[in-house]
Amino acid sequence: MDLYAIIFYLFAVITLGSATIVVFSKNVVYSAFALLFALFGVAGLYVLLMADFLAITQLLVYVGGILVLVLFGVMLTTKVFDVQMKTKTIQMVPAVAILGLLSGTIVGVFWSTDWYISENPIDVAKTAPQIGNMLLTTYLLPFEIASVVLLVALIGAAMIARRERKG
Amino acid sequence: MDILIASTKIAVVLAAMLTSVVFLVLVERRMSAFIQNRIGPNRVGPYGLLQSVADVVKLLMKEDIVPAKANKPLHDLAPIISIAVAMTTFAVIPFGNAIELFGTTIKLQIADVNIGILYILAITSLGVYGLTLAGWSSNNKYSLLGGLRSSAQMISYELSMGLAIIGVILMAGTLRLDVIVEKQTEYLLGWLPAWNIFLQPVAFITFFIAAFAETNRLPFDLPEAEPELVGGFHTEYTGLKFGLFFLAEYMNMITASAIVVTLFLGGWHLPYADMLGLSGFALSILQVLTFCGKIVLVLLFFIAIRWTLPRFRYDQLMSLGWKVMLPLTLANALVTALILLAF
Repeated sequence: MDLYAIIFYLFAVITLGSATIVVFSKNVVYSAFALLFALFGVAGLYVLLMADFLAITQLLVYVGGILVLVLFGVMLTTKVFDVQMKTKTIQMVPAVAILGLLSGTIVGVFWSTDWYISENPIDVAKTAPQIGNMLLTTYLLPFEIASVVLLVALIGAAMIARRERKG
Repeated sequence: MDILIASTKIAVVLAAMLTSVVFLVLVERRMSAFIQNRIGPNRVGPYGLLQSVADVVKLLMKEDIVPAKANKPLHDLAPIISIAVAMTTFAVIPFGNAIELFGTTIKLQIADVNIGILYILAITSLGVYGLTLAGWSSNNKYSLLGGLRSSAQMISYELSMGLAIIGVILMAGTLRLDVIVEKQTEYLLGWLPAWNIFLQPVAFITFFIAAFAETNRLPFDLPEAEPELVGGFHTEYTGLKFGLFFLAEYMNMITASAIVVTLFLGGWHLPYADMLGLSGFALSILQVLTFCGKIVLVLLFFIAIRWTLPRFRYDQLMSLGWKVMLPLTLANALVTALILLAF
């Protein structure tokens, strides 16, 4: 096992382990913090795949931005530590059906996709300019639509927050 | 061999930073004393040089107190996050040009990253976690308020910081820090060094202000404003854990100064140094010293500002960030882009 493989498994364990905690922890705060490490592990995997720009963006947007907001929400909830998430198992049959369908789809996609493996080594120096150029040429429309959607969400959030203060 | 060189660089940089923190604290105390017409610490060692060493020993000996209702694991984790972030940010900053040593050319930069600037922005944005966690896990109202303030402040000023840098990135056409420094080694009009402070004055000023806010220094030290919040996010920290926060703050200051120097003040570039006719090795050493000297000057400015200006009120801080800095940096980016497009 070479160094690359060791690092890969390290990040994989970090990601999957924290993701497990996110799902199974009975405490919202611990779930939120485990999400931090899960996202961090994914960023590490991106670096291993030579996608440095993607890795940094992952840190910048998800870890440094979105997760902070999630934490705000969790922490400002009063007595968040006394909240125990207790769930009973109900509706077994539909749940199993949906679970089977979902995981079946994911496994199906995984097996049927013709994964692209680059033969020549990637020139890391060029990834960031390439992504930038493509976002502003080939993929301009999706890029702009995404930004408009975010803007709408922003205005909506501001609207809701304002209305509460008046009433 | 590569690993050996890399670890040597890491060890040297870390040791240099930790040592400078010790003296930086002393310089700050002596300088504040000078500004306020006091004497300052001058008893421990010659000129008080060992005062910080004594303080560190004191911190080490102190009992570690954790509040009864605090969240112990997170309370422990918070200073670790803070110090880890503070230590890793410096990794991409070039502190000199390449140096010839024992027949090999060594680049004076720990990690030669293609997207160095983005790396800095991403890592500094992680610093929020240390403060927020510390504030929340202490189970103390003042701590929580300090933690919340710090997150709001850092998120707000991160935007201006990133947008201010865009001007510099546009001028250099790259995200690599070493190339950005190299571009600044040219001369404007034949005599003025092409440092970004002359080319991007608006970006420099806004970035510098944002750097103050990001490092939680006066006039932006709202997260630990003593008269309002006791001690802010680190109220419930004692001994070495408090020491780690303290260390992180000063290391962040050094790193912020280093970033300012790299982006705007020409990095390791000493104007007209090539006219001295030095050998390659001596020139490299001179460049590293230049870089350190510039950092020291910026740090002294940092300290002088702290002891000159009063603290902002919280709403003033927010309106400055969102209503002045953000439009200013946006306009700067736009104007820079237009000028570059026109010529």
